[in-house]
Amino acid sequence: MNLSAFPTAAQLSLPGKQASRWSPGLPCAPHNEVFASADEGSGVAVALALALDGLRGQGGDRLGDRSLLWVQDATSLRLNGRPYRAGLPPELRNRVIHVLAPKPEDALFALEEGIRCRDMACVIGEIAGNPKTLDFTASRRLTLAAERYGVRLFLVRHDAKRDLSSARMRWQVRSAASLPPGWNTAAPGTPAWHAELFRARTLATGEWILRDDGKGLAAERPSTAPDHGDLAAAAGGRSLAAC
Amino acid sequence: MAIWLPRLAVDRWRHAEGCERGQGADGEPYALIAETAHGLRIEAVNDAGLAAGARPGMAVADARAVCPALKVAPSDRAGDLAFLERLAVWAQRWGPWTALDPPDGLLVDISAVAHLFGGEERLLAEVQTRFIAQGLTARAAIAPTAGAAWALAHHGGGSLILAPQDSIEACLAGLPVGALRLDGEVLLVLRRLGLKRIGDLAGVGRDALKRRFRHRSPVTNPLLRMDQLLGRAPEPLLPVVRVSEALVQRGLLEPIRHSELLIRVVADLAADMARELEARGEGARRLELGLWRVDGDVVLRPLELAAATREATHIARLFAGRLDDIDAGFGIELVRMRALWAEPLAVVQKGLGAQPEDSGTSLAACMDRLTMRLGTAAVRRPVPYASHIPERAQRWQPPLEPEPVSQEELAFHARPLKLLDRAEQIAVLYATPDGHPRQFRWRGGLHEVVRVEGPERIAPEWWRERSGTRLRDYYRIEDSEGRRYWIYRAGLAGDGRGGAPDWFLQGLCS
Repeated sequence: MNLSAFPTAAQLSLPGKQASRWSPGLPCAPHNEVFASADEGSGVAVALALALDGLRGQGGDRLGDRSLLWVQDATSLRLNGRPYRAGLPPELRNRVIHVLAPKPEDALFALEEGIRCRDMACVIGEIAGNPKTLDFTASRRLTLAAERYGVRLFLVRHDAKRDLSSARMRWQVRSAASLPPGWNTAAPGTPAWHAELFRARTLATGEWILRDDGKGLAAERPSTAPDHGDLAAAAGGRSLAAC
Repeated sequence: MAIWLPRLAVDRWRHAEGCERGQGADGEPYALIAETAHGLRIEAVNDAGLAAGARPGMAVADARAVCPALKVAPSDRAGDLAFLERLAVWAQRWGPWTALDPPDGLLVDISAVAHLFGGEERLLAEVQTRFIAQGLTARAAIAPTAGAAWALAHHGGGSLILAPQDSIEACLAGLPVGALRLDGEVLLVLRRLGLKRIGDLAGVGRDALKRRFRHRSPVTNPLLRMDQLLGRAPEPLLPVVRVSEALVQRGLLEPIRHSELLIRVVADLAADMARELEARGEGARRLELGLWRVDGDVVLRPLELAAATREATHIARLFAGRLDDIDAGFGIELVRMRALWAEPLAVVQKGLGAQPEDSGTSLAACMDRLTMRLGTAAVRRPVPYASHIPERAQRWQPPLEPEPVSQEELAFHARPLKLLDRAEQIAVLYATPDGHPRQFRWRGGLHEVVRVEGPERIAPEWWRERSGTRLRDYYRIEDSEGRRYWIYRAGLAGDGRGGAPDWFLQGLCS
């Protein structure tokens, strides 16, 4: 066996030169996870923004008259609230079908049923914490279904640790200061989120400030030096390094 | 042929009482009454009551003055109509089509049928015997047109048969104008004009009648009714057709006690049902599975579907999820599936290449599976509702129902992405003089407000809430870490509706 053909440890430790960087408009992964605190709306907002970005990228025909399945388990409903129609992005308002699952296993069942449905534009899930039923097998099942049927799944994990999962892209998200609006500078403006892509299959990891102004998703690098705060501790032994 | 049941309501009441004509309760004066805007009115009276002087249409108080012994029972118009419908189906023994003539008549089309009963006289005699055997008073008449038959049945004197060669006009000229099936008001007008018999109308010029009665509706137009009576104008009748529900069943040689066998039988039944529904061009919305046990007990399992379907695998799969808790006892010997509610569903071309397994399920099938496992209350769609209170401005309805018509939402108010089911109280640590908080504590975390927009004042809906309900001042805020919330203050200081106003957090903005 010719060991010299394999990459060395030093080459592997360097984040891949060939790995491209994520940017808005790229084809969206079939199974995405968004980690966020249950006390803020950023997790769901980023999931919706990524979903809309993916749908826009495929042209308007993917949306058509399809519906959006929104599955919540009871804990995330209690902590994070119910979707409110008047506050949703206008193109999704009349499409939402809401499923309230009393237990996480019911939520997983509903997610899989939604993925297998050809009339769904995409599926949004909200699961709080790290339930036992959402293990690697369950997430692998969801990934395979999403890849097979072509319906994107965006799973928001409220207050969850980064456990094992087969999701193709995993984001850690928190709110960021919004842009000051043009007229009333004292008011909150276009919402912004600090998003960290910490696991992706073909893309390099990194951090961005995301904004959705209603026409498209905009991403820019965080201007100041990244302040990981408690993230570094939560990541454990994993690398947080970007490029 | 027209059949008139002049005493339908009383005959039905007597059946319900279970007594013969003139016996038991029917021996005393009895009246069937209904509540009207002018108090209790008599709708029908039995023979003893008629003899005592009570008449239909009288007020009960007036009738009691005439006949103090009069007893009353509530009338049942809806029941009478349902009975008449069943009677119409039964009357199809004399002709292929029957139509209702509410409130108390039937019309049977006996064109080219009478010879099967040995002629028209014998047909009428048979009708009489059949109705008498049923305990119903009936008068039947035969004529070439429905209008003429009706007139003869209700007002005819001598012969109740009008042969095709007879002149309808000559034979019916002596009948009163009431035989034309007209409104009470039109009859009053005709009586005031001095036109009392059908023959009198023929004497008046056609143009004059046309000028006087301009309505298009037949019940207010004597000229049109005359034409229908004579067969000059068509009179379409709405036939009564019996609709039977799709039903399939399997009798089992050996009673089954195990769920695998039962599931297979249900799958076979679903395939039978799909074939049955396809033959009818229908799809099922509600199905009922009945399981007859050896000891005579019946277990019923209803199933409601989001959209009409006749897909056997889908139906079998939904039922299979509901068979776990069935107690088979000593075994199940008969399984029956009924489609209680079916909707038209056209036969469609199946996909040529792609099978449903590859391309995913349809939306209706997906909703069915979700509601079957989680219940109808768990799968819903938000729809707007006309209210300015945020939590009332959206309602939830089943996912596949059409959206109600609503005014477009006002775009100049920003609304949060998520709304908490119960607004949570926040502890304001430091409030600015403007009114909004500078620092507050929520769920144990400290939030420092750096940006704010508001207040947006939302007053309570005074037409439905108690007078003590306080108004709300909503603020959209952003804290120092960029988290955006929707908070409100319930009430104003010194509004006389409670103590110092509290602060609540209701929504999470994106």
